[in-house]
Amino acid sequence: MPKITYIEFDGTEHTVDVRNGLTVMEGAIKNNVPGIDADCGGACACATCHVYVDEAWREKTGTASAMEESMLDFAQNVQPNSRLSCQIKVTDQLDGLIVRMPEEQH
Amino acid sequence: MSTGRVVILGAGHAGGSAAAFLRQYGHTGPITLVGEEPLLPYQRPPLSKAWLKGEAGEEELQLRPASFYAENDIAVRLGVRATRIDRRARQLVLEGGEILPYDALIIATGARPRRLALPGGEMARTLELRTAADAEMLKAGIAPGKRLAIVGGGYVGLEVAASARALGAEVVVIEREPRILARVAGPVLSEFFTGHHRKHGVQFELNAFVEALEGEGGQVKAARLNDGRRIPCDLVLIGVGALPNQELAAEADLPCEDGVVVDEEARTADPAVFAIGDVTRRPLPLYRRLFRLESVPSALEQAKQAAAAITGHRPPPPEVPWFWSDQYDLKLQIAGLPFEVDDVVVRGDPATARFAVFHMKGDVIQAVEAVNSPAEFMGGKLLIGAKKAVSRERLADPAVSMKEVGN
Repeated sequence: MPKITYIEFDGTEHTVDVRNGLTVMEGAIKNNVPGIDADCGGACACATCHVYVDEAWREKTGTASAMEESMLDFAQNVQPNSRLSCQIKVTDQLDGLIVRMPEEQH
Repeated sequence: MSTGRVVILGAGHAGGSAAAFLRQYGHTGPITLVGEEPLLPYQRPPLSKAWLKGEAGEEELQLRPASFYAENDIAVRLGVRATRIDRRARQLVLEGGEILPYDALIIATGARPRRLALPGGEMARTLELRTAADAEMLKAGIAPGKRLAIVGGGYVGLEVAASARALGAEVVVIEREPRILARVAGPVLSEFFTGHHRKHGVQFELNAFVEALEGEGGQVKAARLNDGRRIPCDLVLIGVGALPNQELAAEADLPCEDGVVVDEEARTADPAVFAIGDVTRRPLPLYRRLFRLESVPSALEQAKQAAAAITGHRPPPPEVPWFWSDQYDLKLQIAGLPFEVDDVVVRGDPATARFAVFHMKGDVIQAVEAVNSPAEFMGGKLLIGAKKAVSRERLADPAVSMKEVGN
């Protein structure tokens, strides 16, 4: 099962198993990893599941859809490696993925 | 240090979230979450969508996994009803007589579907949609070739219509008003959604209401309309709004007016009692009025307000009310409420299924309804919250970025 490392803003690391088919957001929620709010439950409607994808993983996580880009455009502290984690589906290709959470989701 | 006993009555989206926020904000005292349903707190929005389509079940919908409650020392009592709030003794009385003393009580009992007193309504196969149990029954009845009559052209009805069509069932939506979404959206949106649903094969009966349900052997067979016509159906969903579960609060003499009345800290008239979520009538500072705001974001905001008031944590900044609905390939996102509106500005062309309707009070946006237009939704939400005057010309021009429409 793919392992994903979520790094909180203060540096605390959580490495957890997330099965294929779940989103990176769901992996955090289901493993009680703090720092991702996911208010809309993954409907791409709130931009509170914002993460920074580690540079080494940007290609494998793919690019955001137009809808996700538009939502991100209005989020806080957006960087080139920003993604909405509810839009990244976990596959074997993402085993070892590292994402960092922003200081705040709101 | 926040160390008192908190009892949360209601383990839905608001109640479950309040428990989590209390711990997040540093509350170290006992927290007991009491819920009538036999399920851990879960999200209801997917019940009309992913659940019906078989794409998500109990586990996927849980707000947090079971381990979260144990790890955070949150006692969870499921399948349990309360019978009385004893404000003087600061105790919640449960069915069976058990007493839960509290220093702070959070009422999060939510809402229940409004029932129609329809002759024939007690027949099998007339359903409502609020809980996972409801969704499971509805799902069992939807199959290719089955005919679903949906009473009520609101969000629940329309989302179920879209899901049912995806599953190959025939769908008729029976709406009392001249247009669908009459209570919650403007005419441009109503017309667009009616057209889109029709393209997907949904039949509409507008300006129509059901006089009676007719059946055979305890199974519904047809809905009889007020004009006498019969709509054949195998299954009926009643989706005509919800009523706040305020009874325990009212019996405890807490002011209720179509919702338990609360302030901006989610406090009731009793400083030891809070109320959050669909059960409440809450202030909307942006619109200077009280409102029964039925939405997930509102439930979350109030959960934070109550947790902040109890723990002394900073309260959440006031949010612009917002809402979303997914139907077919359409993402509808709404921000604000259309109070004191003079007219509308439409941005984009509804025929492309990418457009937004801005409800204007002079040059200020009061609300936005955005279809497949997240920039209009997010940008509109910011402008609504800031009460920032905009240029109507630039607003109506999709070539101008939402970040540049302000004056």
